[in-house]
Amino acid sequence: MNTTAIHIPSAKPKALTDSDWVRHGFIGLTLLIIGLFLILPLATVLIEAFSKGWTAYAGSLTHPDTLAAIRLTLLTAAVTVPLTTFFGISAAWAIARFDFRGKNILITLIDLPFSVSPVIAGLIYVLMFGARGWFGPWLDDYDIKIVFAVPGIILATLFVTFPFVARELIPLMQEMGHEEEEAALSLGASGLRTFFKVTLPNIKWGLLYGVLLCNARAMGEFGAVSVVSGHIRGLTNTLPLHVEITYNEYDFVGSFASASLLAALAVVTLVVKSYLEWRQTLDRKVSGDA
Amino acid sequence: MPQSHIMPGFRPTLGFTLFYLALIVLIPLSALILKSLELSFDQYWAILTNQRVQASFRVSFVSALVAAGIAGILGFIIAWTLVRYPFPGKRFFDALIDLPFALPTAVAGIVLAAIYEPKGWIGQIVMDVIGVQIAYKPLGIVFALIFIGLPFVVRTIEPVLQEFDTAMEEAAASLGANRWQTFLKIIFPNILPAALTGFALAFARGVGEYGSVIFIAGNMPYVSEIVPLLIITKLEQYDYAGATAIGLTMLVISFFLLLLVNVLQGWLRRRGGQL
Amino acid sequence: MSINLKNISKHFGSFTALDNINLDIPEGELVALLGPSGCGKTTLLRIIAGLEQADQGQVFLKGEEVTDKSVKNRKIGFVFQHYALFRHMTVFENIAFGLRVKSHSERPSEAIIRRKVHDLLKLVQLDWLSDRFPDQLSGGQRQRIALARALAVEPSVLLLDEPFGALDASVRKDLRLWLRHLHHELNVTSIFVTHDQEEAMEVASQIVVLNQGRIEQKGSPSDIYDNPSNDFVSRFIGQTNVFHLEKDDCAWLQSAGIIIDEPKGIIAHVRPHNIQIEKPAASANSPVYLKDWQHLGGTIRLELDRGASNGSNTIIYAEMPNEKFRELALERGDRVALRIKHAHWFN
Repeated sequence: MNTTAIHIPSAKPKALTDSDWVRHGFIGLTLLIIGLFLILPLATVLIEAFSKGWTAYAGSLTHPDTLAAIRLTLLTAAVTVPLTTFFGISAAWAIARFDFRGKNILITLIDLPFSVSPVIAGLIYVLMFGARGWFGPWLDDYDIKIVFAVPGIILATLFVTFPFVARELIPLMQEMGHEEEEAALSLGASGLRTFFKVTLPNIKWGLLYGVLLCNARAMGEFGAVSVVSGHIRGLTNTLPLHVEITYNEYDFVGSFASASLLAALAVVTLVVKSYLEWRQTLDRKVSGDA
Repeated sequence: MPQSHIMPGFRPTLGFTLFYLALIVLIPLSALILKSLELSFDQYWAILTNQRVQASFRVSFVSALVAAGIAGILGFIIAWTLVRYPFPGKRFFDALIDLPFALPTAVAGIVLAAIYEPKGWIGQIVMDVIGVQIAYKPLGIVFALIFIGLPFVVRTIEPVLQEFDTAMEEAAASLGANRWQTFLKIIFPNILPAALTGFALAFARGVGEYGSVIFIAGNMPYVSEIVPLLIITKLEQYDYAGATAIGLTMLVISFFLLLLVNVLQGWLRRRGGQL
Repeated sequence: MSINLKNISKHFGSFTALDNINLDIPEGELVALLGPSGCGKTTLLRIIAGLEQADQGQVFLKGEEVTDKSVKNRKIGFVFQHYALFRHMTVFENIAFGLRVKSHSERPSEAIIRRKVHDLLKLVQLDWLSDRFPDQLSGGQRQRIALARALAVEPSVLLLDEPFGALDASVRKDLRLWLRHLHHELNVTSIFVTHDQEEAMEVASQIVVLNQGRIEQKGSPSDIYDNPSNDFVSRFIGQTNVFHLEKDDCAWLQSAGIIIDEPKGIIAHVRPHNIQIEKPAASANSPVYLKDWQHLGGTIRLELDRGASNGSNTIIYAEMPNEKFRELALERGDRVALRIKHAHWFN
């Protein structure tokens, strides 16, 4: 790390220094914006959650409905994150390692769920599986419930988290090139072995990054899930939906207590994200120096 | 990239990718399109020209546009400061920028409502000082969408500023330009594509945003009712036709915004790639 | 005197980039700041320009102290290593930039700007490129546009940072001579930074050799080549054979029958062309044999092995014209006698 440090000027060249009032003004404004828009909201969650004291907070969190919502949120993430990850790896392998017609269209289609409103993500599943949807009557005959039930929630979450892993891995694997893998294959390694021994170590930080963001979205998705859930307490309420229901019932402590869990998830996500970004640049530097 | 002959796994990975894409994204989305084909054009038109529907489109688009514009300016200030000026705690603040990405929208929604409502911390101050109510008004939607849009702008401008060739600024100074001229004529034109991309991303996200808005919007029909909420309302009233027509319109608009973002990003890459 | 530097020092943290530099550059010279990378040459150039601030010392341009003046008020022209052309502007707008940003009272009219830019484009022989964007130009073209842009503000001093560093070898050769001729034509006091001694010799009228933040020597190219003031300059400025007298080389030099002047130091540097080769009368008397040779165009470089066994450098390089080499009709392994015509002695 310290090999070339002496050549880097410690201060910015003189010609690029802005006057003090510009600099201080910008720093001040930045801190103000970040303070008002980002730090204040985080603080507010905690203040509101504890506004009636620790007991009320703990009471809200241990309420059966809250616990059920936590369980469903964990279940949703446990199903969607592995599926999205598997899809992401598979798509990245196909796209970054092979040439085929329509590749750019495929990349665009994978990104599509990002630009679709979450409400529409929910709507399309209602149109498919709802009582008046395409498969509604058929599902009804066999007494299978998708919409207003857990499968619908999982499907909607799969839709909104769809691109998360793929879009991290595709550029990473394209940048990596395939020479190392070809070397392993030419030495007689099987395809899977090559993936686990050569590809995976190279993409692991990017993969974890994608998984992390996917998980945050899976646990936090509100709009899409809201449309398909039906809001049945204790059954089809995820934690974000529980935040809404308790809020609308003026149970602010309960609402902000649930929100505090999700805010903690966001903070942990940010911390891990920073760590992964740091590791990724570290790896890149090491391989760049070698 | 030349086709690799020894690389295994093309058929299974591409096969699964296409299968999963069709299952989760394409078939459900085509359900929306096919469902809307059940409507005649006149029916479709009648739904869209309904006063309340039009009002909700106006609310969604105008507030998303205003919010993306403000987020563009604030985001530029933040990106510039984070890249150019050293100050204590910079890494912490930089990491915090992504909070709106990581914070579930429902949480953002209730928190922003709590802060900006007339009795909230900021809401009360603004109310007392200039007599303007933020929450439960269209202005509240704008505030929520600024919150949501901010990281899009910062994260698209930041890398461009980091890679900006500062020798260009030095060249401008050596030719006699002052800092303001250098900013206006050299820096600004070079970060404009990134700023516009960030703006477009924030706008696209803002138009479809639901969770962070509904708690602060007040949701008054004709005044502060956004399109996504109207879709849900129609669904709850079993007005599938209405929900479908509005949903399809939103979807088409999203496609165009995605296209616009792609064009802007292409421009950005061309600008960033050379020299 | 056009540029005077007094006691310039600059530190980056604990690293001393420049250590008490004093330098006077007369009007109209074309000076090369020559040195290995990290020697402080670019930092010195940037301090003269006002792009960097010295920790101590003073800078005078045309007798006026400019130490505290910012770059935009110094009236210098600066050509950046990677040109720093404004990529969103056409060639024309790039060159016109310096004129357009002048304050309202000083700004020339649009017609004058137009004429001036076209004159400059003609000067750098690229007037057909005025509507192109920088990324549509070749490296050599960018370089010349960067120069035209710097000249547009009629600078009193022209500063160039590694002006040929980013160019292909063939383009570099042409541009070196072109720059030298352009300088004859314009006669603007110019300084350029380079790490390539050949380039400095070929282009500059004066060379300043820098090492580890200090000036090692200043003089005309022939001065520096023929009379290097120390070991570092001698090694840096061209190929040289190094003999350490304390490592028994003296005895060897004498036993080989080489006539050298009275030792004036402990290290002798001998340039390859200062070694004369002959066929020995009795080959057994000479320990030196021809190991290999290479064509360098007009001259032949001979790789001679003196078969020393005490661990010191055993290969000696000599150079001679092609005809001379043909006359001698040497083969690999032939014993040769050598005579050193001139040596530089250092302590």
